Amino acid sequence: MHIMWFTERSYHYDPEKEPEKLRELETEVIRHRSFFGLRNELFDAKLGSELLNQFLDEKIYSDELGFDGVMLNEHHGTPFCLGAVMDVEAAVLAKTTRRVKIVLLGNPVPTVGNPVRLAEELAMIDLISRGRLVPGWVRGAGSEQFANNANPANNRELFEEGIDLIIKAWTQPGPFRYEGKHFHFRFVNPWVLPLQKPHPPIWIPGLVSPDTVKWCAQKRFPYVALATKLEPTVELWNMYTQQAAREGYQAGTENFGYLQPVFVADTQEKAEELGKRFMFGGAFAHFARPEWMFPPGYNSKEATRRLARLNNGPNLPGKPIHAAGGDEDDAQIEAIRKAIYEGYPQSRKDLQMIAGTPDSVIPQLRKVLEVLRPGIFSFWIDGPIPPKDRMRCVELLGKEVMPRVREIGKELDLVDPFERAPGSTPLAASSEPEPVANAEALAAL
Amino acid sequence: MAEKVSGFTEETVKVGATSLVVLKGGSGKPLLVLHEELGFPGWLRWNAEMAKNRTLLIPMHPGFGRTEKAEWISSVRDLAGFHSRYLREQKLAGIDVIGFSFGGWVAAEMAANDPNLFRRMVLVAPTGIRPPNGELRDMFVTPARVYLSASVRNPAATAEFGALFGGDETPEQFEAFEDARAEVARLAWQPYMHNPSLPHLLEGVSGLPTLLLWGREDGVVPLSAGEVYQRALKDSRLVVFDNCGHRPEVEKTSEFVAQVNEFLA
Repeated sequence: MHIMWFTERSYHYDPEKEPEKLRELETEVIRHRSFFGLRNELFDAKLGSELLNQFLDEKIYSDELGFDGVMLNEHHGTPFCLGAVMDVEAAVLAKTTRRVKIVLLGNPVPTVGNPVRLAEELAMIDLISRGRLVPGWVRGAGSEQFANNANPANNRELFEEGIDLIIKAWTQPGPFRYEGKHFHFRFVNPWVLPLQKPHPPIWIPGLVSPDTVKWCAQKRFPYVALATKLEPTVELWNMYTQQAAREGYQAGTENFGYLQPVFVADTQEKAEELGKRFMFGGAFAHFARPEWMFPPGYNSKEATRRLARLNNGPNLPGKPIHAAGGDEDDAQIEAIRKAIYEGYPQSRKDLQMIAGTPDSVIPQLRKVLEVLRPGIFSFWIDGPIPPKDRMRCVELLGKEVMPRVREIGKELDLVDPFERAPGSTPLAASSEPEPVANAEALAAL
Repeated sequence: MAEKVSGFTEETVKVGATSLVVLKGGSGKPLLVLHEELGFPGWLRWNAEMAKNRTLLIPMHPGFGRTEKAEWISSVRDLAGFHSRYLREQKLAGIDVIGFSFGGWVAAEMAANDPNLFRRMVLVAPTGIRPPNGELRDMFVTPARVYLSASVRNPAATAEFGALFGGDETPEQFEAFEDARAEVARLAWQPYMHNPSLPHLLEGVSGLPTLLLWGREDGVVPLSAGEVYQRALKDSRLVVFDNCGHRPEVEKTSEFVAQVNEFLA
């Protein structure tokens, strides 16, 4: 089992030192109905500098604690995530850590726009880290298309073609000429190539988009579900497994990963108090407004049809918490804020947040692992939390929670992609594949 | 979309590999109607008025939901080439044309490439040229309904607009808008909704009388773009409606129909 942890690296004030500023920032997000697009005159570069260093220090400490990986991501134009160019952070970690895998979930290929440049950046990270890179790819959230002016109507084509070109640039002897539909290069011949051969292992994160899940199964890329609700995640696991069977292999735990929001502290009370801060500003439900989450042509026709009929979908990114017009008075803002935090008990009930002492979180983590059986598991720590409490959480996860999760992983035979290559278990054409997720465990919850 | 079904029939015409859906209504000399960026809004009062003495031919742009998408069309100039082929193959060259907003841009591209395709051209607040003052309203950063509301000066006081787009958005409407928005993004995401070479090519058009119709308070394509169109097209006249937004055909129907009828007579 591969165990790592993740944080969005959100822009926030220390709630103990500057509670009023933190509250004002949240008010701005609620009023704007979105983290994305919040006016950037609110950005304090000094704070940004402190936070980015803090986040890197946490990752470096994780290396000492024995985590298998550290996971990064990338978002643009939003206080939700300070990692605007994730490869820069990855480059720092390549040199300042020794053992951990540097897991990038993922680089937004369509919005970066130059796959050959990406191939070179990532090859350098793999070389400097001496072969510890796990690159992953994303289409980029809808809002990312605006932040980079990438044509959303070409998003999936850019994604698939871009990835093919990156892998070609790594594996096909150059120089060669590339004439695709969207990308055209006279001379592909990167001198700097990855250390891992034929190329670094690729994982794909997602929010249970069926198109991406099927594509991953075809490519034999492990699929990492980003804190999605358990029931639709099981459905998507099954879809992957069925597609894998059509491709002639039996999917296993090595094909799946899961990201789990957690908060661990020395007392239950403290963990709950800090865990609740995950809801800050509406969390992912306020990531971006629907019209920015779903720009024109970004979704397939099938997904649009589903969206048109889905008024109260669970975990729908960009589902507005409120639909008002940005002219709410203070009382209305307070009512919205209250409603946001009132959602916390339900998120605990749904295991969308697991908070507590190391002892109390283990049985809940076991439930998630029993249902989804992921070979890759990532903790997710977020919310405006004082640096010392974040660091303590990382420490407790590394010293007390991780060893026990590892034991559960062994007991449940949760093999990871380094132990067994994804797609390496053949399946005869006529046979029905074994499901990887455990539907009975889900029903028993 | 809220469509008044009466008034037209639907036919399919093969253009290359594409089965083009054409709505057809009225009687008399044919008039080509090129629809706007959110699709064909439906058979409206102005259609009924014009259909009294003209046969309206309304091709549904490929990829907007009604006609299948043609993968090779990747720019508005390509789309103009597609419609030009349709006219030539159907022996319709020399037809009169009226284009609305995005459809006006398509018509202008067709004329720039071959002025003989049309006898007379009416452009109603066409996109396609970057206005020297103001900005083309970006249809991609807001929901379709917000963009629509900005297209008339006073939505509440424009009855036909309310009949078309009022009430709750249905799933079918949402899907139709998303089809249209996706295809327009494919063709006109960047540079947004215009082609910098268009004014230069329009300067080469001669022998094509053109009527430019604009609302003075157009909130989608600022009037200054109309002035550029007027200067570029030698044989053109710009008529501006006061107290009117981007949809004079809906906001000022009687005056609109009178202007168009007089010009096309």
